[in-house]
Amino acid sequence: MEKIYTRTKTIQEDKVSGFCPGCMHSTVIKLIGEVLEELDVVDKAACVLGIGCCGLHMDYIAYDNTTAPHGRACAVATGIKRANPETLVFTYQGDGDFASIGLAESVSAANRGENITVIFINNGIYGMTGGQMAPTTLIGMKATTAPKGRDPKEHGYPMHMCEILNQLKAPYYLERTSCNTPANVNKTKAAIKKAFKNQLEGKGFSMVEIVTGCPTNWGLDALKSLEFIEEKMLPEYPLGVIRDRSKEEV
Amino acid sequence: MARVFMKGTEAVAEAAVRAGCRFFAGYPITPQNEVPEYLARRLPEVGGVFVQGESEVASINMVYGAASAGTRAMTSSSSPGVALKSEGISYCAAARIPMVYANFARGGPGVGSIQPAQQDYLQATKASGNGGFRMPVFAPSTVQEAVDMTYEAFDWADRDRTPVLILADGVVGTMMEPVVLPEMKSDEEIAAIKASKRDWACIGHKLDYAHRAWIQPGQWSTTKMQEVNEEADALYKSWKARSEEYMVEDAEVVLTAYGISGRIAKSAVNVLRAQGIKAGLIRPITVYPFPYDAYDRLDYSKVKGILDVEMSIPALFVEDVAVAVKDRCKIETCLCSGGNIMSRDAVIAAAKKIMEG
Amino acid sequence: METNLCVAGFGGQGVMSLGKFLADATCNSTDKNVTFFPSYGAEQRGGTANCFVVISDEDIGAPLGDVMDDLIVMNGPSLAKFLPTLKKGGRLFINSSIVPDKIDREDVTLIKAPVTELALEMGNSKVLNVIMLGVYVGYTEVIEPAIVWDTIEHKLASKPKLLPLNKKAFEKGLELGRAQR
Repeated sequence: MEKIYTRTKTIQEDKVSGFCPGCMHSTVIKLIGEVLEELDVVDKAACVLGIGCCGLHMDYIAYDNTTAPHGRACAVATGIKRANPETLVFTYQGDGDFASIGLAESVSAANRGENITVIFINNGIYGMTGGQMAPTTLIGMKATTAPKGRDPKEHGYPMHMCEILNQLKAPYYLERTSCNTPANVNKTKAAIKKAFKNQLEGKGFSMVEIVTGCPTNWGLDALKSLEFIEEKMLPEYPLGVIRDRSKEEV
Repeated sequence: MARVFMKGTEAVAEAAVRAGCRFFAGYPITPQNEVPEYLARRLPEVGGVFVQGESEVASINMVYGAASAGTRAMTSSSSPGVALKSEGISYCAAARIPMVYANFARGGPGVGSIQPAQQDYLQATKASGNGGFRMPVFAPSTVQEAVDMTYEAFDWADRDRTPVLILADGVVGTMMEPVVLPEMKSDEEIAAIKASKRDWACIGHKLDYAHRAWIQPGQWSTTKMQEVNEEADALYKSWKARSEEYMVEDAEVVLTAYGISGRIAKSAVNVLRAQGIKAGLIRPITVYPFPYDAYDRLDYSKVKGILDVEMSIPALFVEDVAVAVKDRCKIETCLCSGGNIMSRDAVIAAAKKIMEG
Repeated sequence: METNLCVAGFGGQGVMSLGKFLADATCNSTDKNVTFFPSYGAEQRGGTANCFVVISDEDIGAPLGDVMDDLIVMNGPSLAKFLPTLKKGGRLFINSSIVPDKIDREDVTLIKAPVTELALEMGNSKVLNVIMLGVYVGYTEVIEPAIVWDTIEHKLASKPKLLPLNKKAFEKGLELGRAQR
């Protein structure tokens, strides 16, 4: 029999993931590990974790990692990369981290064209702290700090980070993907691989925004959360390549 | 070695370069703008990196990153900017990341004034961030001291894996004085320093869970959290305080001051002595750890009182002095604030008042 | 022996350079302690500018003393502001082109030099500070004039065209200063 799947060695077997059932963090972390192995760069990888659920895997990944103060991952990544350019530096951040408290660090690193990779997990809610409103929370979506649902008059509109960064000249690659279907999981993996390759080739700032679910804080079961992504999240956050400078170079 | 005439901020920047600092991130704020300006020119000359951060917050975190990669890294600011850095400083202390930062302190609270002051004493020595950590705090009173302390700070930081603070002020930063610069570390020495941190530097390791670099500014396990803090506490307790004791043996009035006030108080002691008054000085060189023992060495049968001299209102440094003196004599204060520089005449008058009882 | 000097004037009169040339020359050529302390403000242009130079055989306390031994005043407002800090018996150097020489203190020595006019006569209004530096060094002999000139020459190395004019300005100042001893 042919072996068609091997678990990534970048995830420590005897450790337990802290993620809820149906959470896609574990999917993305698995994809990152697979890409690191496929590119043969595990030994030069350094992951900068944000604060929130995006940091829950620090204990079970087998490659180098550090934790940035809330929102500061792009600044910390800038420091590591500039001090040690041979290292493959990527941040792993949620929407509160990347798009709210860390907005200045995120936009500024992108604007400098830092040769780093951002993996941005957008699930429209604060997970670890228990379901508060995020900058990416959908209109009408309930959160513990927006009990009547997000109201644009009071809370403004969902923030589209790919499109915001697309206003800048420096970013090299911006793509939004999801993990709600097997096909989208594969596309996410391809996007992560491309973003890492860009960095290895010295191309500059790449970001993959991954639209995911949070069944626990959305108050849905795992399957229903997939439907919610398809029906509600993706119309607000359309998938696709927003910017790819490599296409312009040809 | 020939002495050169340099501004405090630029001398600190050059000392950092000579100590092997190869990464600096900072944000403009008066009165320390010459530090980033100098290093923007100087670091590229020696293969180093200068980044103007988008904020103080970003700058300290860039330093946290660069230092996590094993590179000698530094940032600097002035009071309100240092307050913004407190989050990153706490992370460096927690994760045991060696780095150096300088505060060219100005008036406060709030935006305060851009003029020199010593209003950040408690912040610098007791709570430079959340979480109750400690770090060495040097208090230079001359440009030469600022240079020597900066050079040494990098060694201390690396040896103990701790942030180190140079608590200067707007006078030491903006004044020019002759300095003898320390030796420039060679590229080989700098590479060796970086290589010595290879085991824990977050720059990539062979796939091996047990030996990956894991920079941890926090702990999931409460047991581990306590262990980490106990280990840090033992380190803090191993640090030795330093002070200058000047003409204290027979002193009847003892002035005590740090940094810029320290040198003004010392010149006041000289004037008082010339007038036949037995004055002395205790000047902490490190304000953390604090040289409590220097005050124990005083002959309290002779000392009529201690004069705390500081450019801060309310008095802050006096809190450590009071702990050190333990009610063995009275403590008076001579204070100024708002950007005014301590007047030697005022210090002399206050010392004489103590002598008159 | 310690000398506390204050130099004050308008921004743009080269007040800072005057103080820095003197302090730098002292550092380069003597074993004395010396400090230069600039006042600094939020404005980048205009307003008043002043700096303080202390030259001493002992350790220097404040780089800005309570009382000045010498005061160089380049404009009117600075006279009003700093004259009270000049010690009894102190030396007051004024730019007599624009600072009124009616001084309401009898206990100080007045040294006058019309440096604004002299600079204009030399064809460059900017050299007024170098003339005044010459006046100060010529009068006080605080350090060797040749050493001060070496420092100026070194600082202006990137602008060699300006050297002859500055040399002339410095020597004119020395002459004026010595003449009033």
